[in-house]
Amino acid sequence: MESLDVDGPHSMGTTIIGVTYDGGVVLGADSRTSTGVYVANRASDKITQLTDNVYVCRSGSAADSQILSDYVRYFLHQHTIQLGQPATVKVAANLVRLLAYNNKNMLQTGLIVGGWDKYEGGKIYGVPLGGTILEQPFAIGGSGSSYLYGFFDQVWKEGMTKEEAESLVVKAVSLAIARDGASGGVVRTVVINADGVTRNFYPGDTLPLWHEEIPAQNSLLDILSAPSPEPMSM
Amino acid sequence: MSKAAVDLPPKGGFSFDLCKRNDMLAKKGLTGPSFRKTGTTIVGLIFQDGVILGADTRATEGPIVCDKNCEKIHYMAPNIYCCGAGTAADTEAVTDMVSSQLQLHRYHTGRESRVITALTLLKKHLFSYQGYVSAALVLGGVDCTGPHLHTIYPHGSTDTLPFATMGSGSLAAMAMFESKYKEGLSRDEGIQLVVEAICSGIFNDLGSGSNVDVCVITKGHKEYLRNHLLPNPRTYINEKGYSFPKKTEVLMTKITPLKERVEIIETGDAMEE
Repeated sequence: MESLDVDGPHSMGTTIIGVTYDGGVVLGADSRTSTGVYVANRASDKITQLTDNVYVCRSGSAADSQILSDYVRYFLHQHTIQLGQPATVKVAANLVRLLAYNNKNMLQTGLIVGGWDKYEGGKIYGVPLGGTILEQPFAIGGSGSSYLYGFFDQVWKEGMTKEEAESLVVKAVSLAIARDGASGGVVRTVVINADGVTRNFYPGDTLPLWHEEIPAQNSLLDILSAPSPEPMSM
Repeated sequence: MSKAAVDLPPKGGFSFDLCKRNDMLAKKGLTGPSFRKTGTTIVGLIFQDGVILGADTRATEGPIVCDKNCEKIHYMAPNIYCCGAGTAADTEAVTDMVSSQLQLHRYHTGRESRVITALTLLKKHLFSYQGYVSAALVLGGVDCTGPHLHTIYPHGSTDTLPFATMGSGSLAAMAMFESKYKEGLSRDEGIQLVVEAICSGIFNDLGSGSNVDVCVITKGHKEYLRNHLLPNPRTYINEKGYSFPKKTEVLMTKITPLKERVEIIETGDAMEE
């Protein structure tokens, strides 16, 4: 048994998703942060705010992604003051990209930037390891995304409604959680559109069950409330 | 080697060259000196009126217990305390440094320190040393925005949680928390749960032991309960005492008061304003 290094570097195994719909974007993520095989935080929030209208999904090294989003938030705040109006999603994504590309030797984090602005509407930009920037109608990232490429190829369509997009994201994250050991916990989503930002939370036991998954059981309560077993007789 | 390049001033920031050298030496089989670690179980939880922090009191140097009653709950600000696990020197130094920075910040702003300020200062420092400052911290406090509890890892990542454990005994303590924690605990229930979690670490983890320290922080008030529980008393003490043969014999005692040796010369003018 490998010895648990509870103070080792934290990575967010992760499944992160961003999809555009007719009128905005939906960002989704799981909530597991792991150090090796130990789950250091089972309810982490991987969708971080950069500005009022732009959010970023973080994956990879927890420390690197937190620090990077702190820096981008700071630069965007300055930019907003100088510009005199809310920053566009493209600017936010490019700031993320500049930091990720110029420090590519030292950082290990993949990000998905999503938001809404009045010029372009809802936009999703993927910034994977290495610091490329790619504008996409939908983006997936993290270790759990490997299990979702085929799923999205089949299910994705343009011009979904907000409800369709959100249920697609929740379904996709829960499929990835079922197959990826480094993803788990709850599903968090953030919907961004012209009306503002809505955060949603789907606890693990409300997610649909997939092939061979068994329903969650509160085994401790069952053991405690069960009557004492009959004493064995010889 | 050609001296074509101009001598540039050092770029600043931490130089990791010696870290690379150490890794290379370790690969070649050289074991470095063992340093004092706080093996540790440290915990924190948020209860009805604020935050409760708990820690064990064992400090180890490799396999030896070097301090049976060390203090792992460090003062950061009147309303903020921080438990530290990992290398003892690192946790002491980093909490001391940030505590001073917070004091200066209080002088500048004239306000009570916020937990998130301490969090950002610690996180920035630890990240810039890329995990080489081996300090894993549980930071808790109550400020004008309410009670807060955070964990900070050596690489600089942070989590905000209602209950948290760190250190080698964190799994044992987390097991207690996961089964018994609920929101809105009273002060006594909270202290009871913290004590249970630390005891779980003390008795089930080799790197943790001795006594339980507890710190309760509420709005405008804090209680540092040093050695709140002593579950490991020294049970057998020989009544006869211990006698050591072959003492150093005292042959002669001569005491010279130093005043006779020192000459005080009054020179110069008296100080003037």
